[in-house]
Amino acid sequence: MSDTHAQAAQLAFVRTETIPPAPPPVAEAGIVKWLRENLFSSVGNTLLTLVSLWAIWWVLSATMPWIFNGVWNADSLRECREILDGATGACWAVIRERWTQLLFGVTYPADSYWRPTLAFVLLFVALAPVLFPKAPRNLLPFTAIYPFLAYFLVWGGSVWVPVMAAAGFVVGYLVFQRLVAQSFAMGFFGAIAAALVFWSLSGLVTPTLTAIAPVTLEAVPSRDMGGFMLNLILGTVCVSLSLPIGIALALGRQSDMPIIKWICVIFIEFIRGVPLITLLFVANVVLAYFLPPNSTFDLILRVIIMITMFASAYIAEVVRGGLAALPKGQYEAAAALGLDYPQAMRLIILPQALKISIPGIVNVAVGLFKDTTLVSVIAMFDLVGMIRGPILASTEWNGVYWELFGFAAALFFVVCYGISQYSQWLERQLQTERR
Amino acid sequence: MTEIPQPHPENLTPIDRSHMQVSDEEAIEIVGMNKWFGQFHVLRDIDLTVYRGERIVICGPSGSGKSTLIRCINALEEHQKGKIVVDGTELSSNLRNIDTIRSEVGMVFQHFNLFPHLTILENCTLAPIWVRKTPKKEAEETAMHFLTKVKIPEQAHKYPGQLSGGQQQRVAIARSLCMRPKIMLFDEPTSALDPEMIKEVLDTMIELAEEGMTMLVVTHEMGFARQVANRVIFMDQGQIVEQNEPEAFFGNPQNERTKLFLSQILGH
Repeated sequence: MSDTHAQAAQLAFVRTETIPPAPPPVAEAGIVKWLRENLFSSVGNTLLTLVSLWAIWWVLSATMPWIFNGVWNADSLRECREILDGATGACWAVIRERWTQLLFGVTYPADSYWRPTLAFVLLFVALAPVLFPKAPRNLLPFTAIYPFLAYFLVWGGSVWVPVMAAAGFVVGYLVFQRLVAQSFAMGFFGAIAAALVFWSLSGLVTPTLTAIAPVTLEAVPSRDMGGFMLNLILGTVCVSLSLPIGIALALGRQSDMPIIKWICVIFIEFIRGVPLITLLFVANVVLAYFLPPNSTFDLILRVIIMITMFASAYIAEVVRGGLAALPKGQYEAAAALGLDYPQAMRLIILPQALKISIPGIVNVAVGLFKDTTLVSVIAMFDLVGMIRGPILASTEWNGVYWELFGFAAALFFVVCYGISQYSQWLERQLQTERR
Repeated sequence: MTEIPQPHPENLTPIDRSHMQVSDEEAIEIVGMNKWFGQFHVLRDIDLTVYRGERIVICGPSGSGKSTLIRCINALEEHQKGKIVVDGTELSSNLRNIDTIRSEVGMVFQHFNLFPHLTILENCTLAPIWVRKTPKKEAEETAMHFLTKVKIPEQAHKYPGQLSGGQQQRVAIARSLCMRPKIMLFDEPTSALDPEMIKEVLDTMIELAEEGMTMLVVTHEMGFARQVANRVIFMDQGQIVEQNEPEAFFGNPQNERTKLFLSQILGH
């Protein structure tokens, strides 16, 4: 008896004072400790470390002399070899000599190189307010006019063509504002009809306007576009078009209206089931059969349509994943507050669904940007097309594979790594809001 | 016959019922309403008239259709047969009617359903700004008024993830109140909360009842029902089995199923 009593007395416990919070113990630090813990913690790990170090040294010792011992001043591969005289070294001279071809293609007029360059620089100004919340908001109007400005700079011609194109959007928007109060569908289709009417009428007025106010740049036809510029044009245009189309498709696939739902499902499943290269061949060859004989349906425009359709089908599926990840309660809470469908989507559902979808969307965007090199198989001279065609086929540079494709890889890597870093930054930015 | 245990509301804040008036004006009228989930008949011939100022508690075993019933009132669920008239507007498939009714009827969910990407203040001002077209400044003043009322004005600029469950549910109540609803629906508002947070939410609801809000509450908090409700409804298998004033409902339940339910939920 007394034994259990004593035990109970020992077990009973009442706290009389609260323990104040204390900082966590400072972890041991120092580079030696880090090395020992991460690289040499056991015999096996030490061995692995040594083998890895040897592998790194082996790769670097083979490539570094080749890269840094390269020849920058030569007019042909033969001259490169003479200068090197048997030593290891790259023939970087090809990039120096064909620099403008790699960037702009063969036929883009040399005295107009400043135009795409300016358009490229302005692209960052136009993207800033969209990509960075802290960028000045008053840049947004510039973002709105940028597509038309960039078209004018790159393609040239009369300034009135892009001005009228932009005006068509404004007309469509005004009609939408007027009609949307009656019903969304009426505003939507009314706006499209108004814009189409305006554009077809403006086709008649543009020559007169050009005659009155001849603000023109030398016109450059689409077949003269080439080099990395072409990749950038295709990449930027297709990514920015496929994002809204992909979101619309994802929402359409969730729709209660069977016709809209089935159109979206069939479109997505069909496009995803077909290789991009097939679509590009369709754009290049087959579409010509369906178009009126003498129609001039721009090849770049055809390719943009195909790549955009391809990418938007993928983005639609990524966004659908994001939408599915949201709890049903979010839809219900939005509905219960009296928000209508467009408001609920724009204010509640899409901000959260798109945040979840960022990694997937960026994945598609990066893949799409690299896929723009596929246009080289339909006889367009993008960066890869330039290398494989005019440059490698020339007598001076026949056989300079490593340098040229290495350069192409480096250019693409810089852009794609930049996109990837931006998306990770954006995710962190949105994450801090939560907790 | 076994004696039915009685609920104990004494740990809730005492209230003065004298000015909680029920008018003879109809707030909600449900006539012959039926609902099916596929082949499953969830709600069967529901007839219910709610007058302005009423506080109705709906209880019943899980799966009895009580949540579905109040979700039909603001058209989160569609009913297949019968008539629901809310505040003089009949619920039909007309989307505009539904949006009008939803903006007049507040709803509080079991899992709060706050918008995690918006601050507490933005959660409260969103619907007034976009649905009611209230100017932002005015909406923020209203939001702060109701956040003060639910005793968390200092959290206005935090995000829902930073708040406790009880605080989140009080924000959800404030968010509904910002739309100045005529009717409030509560769908098991305390079921997802820790015991110590239940009281703070119930106290907020009691305060609301004292101000004469028309309330339909699905809950298992029988103490709350006893103290606040003017009518308690017991549902089972999609039907209203018994309804009465709380004194009579708890003191002298008639139906065997009601007796069984009450002894199970209160007898421990």
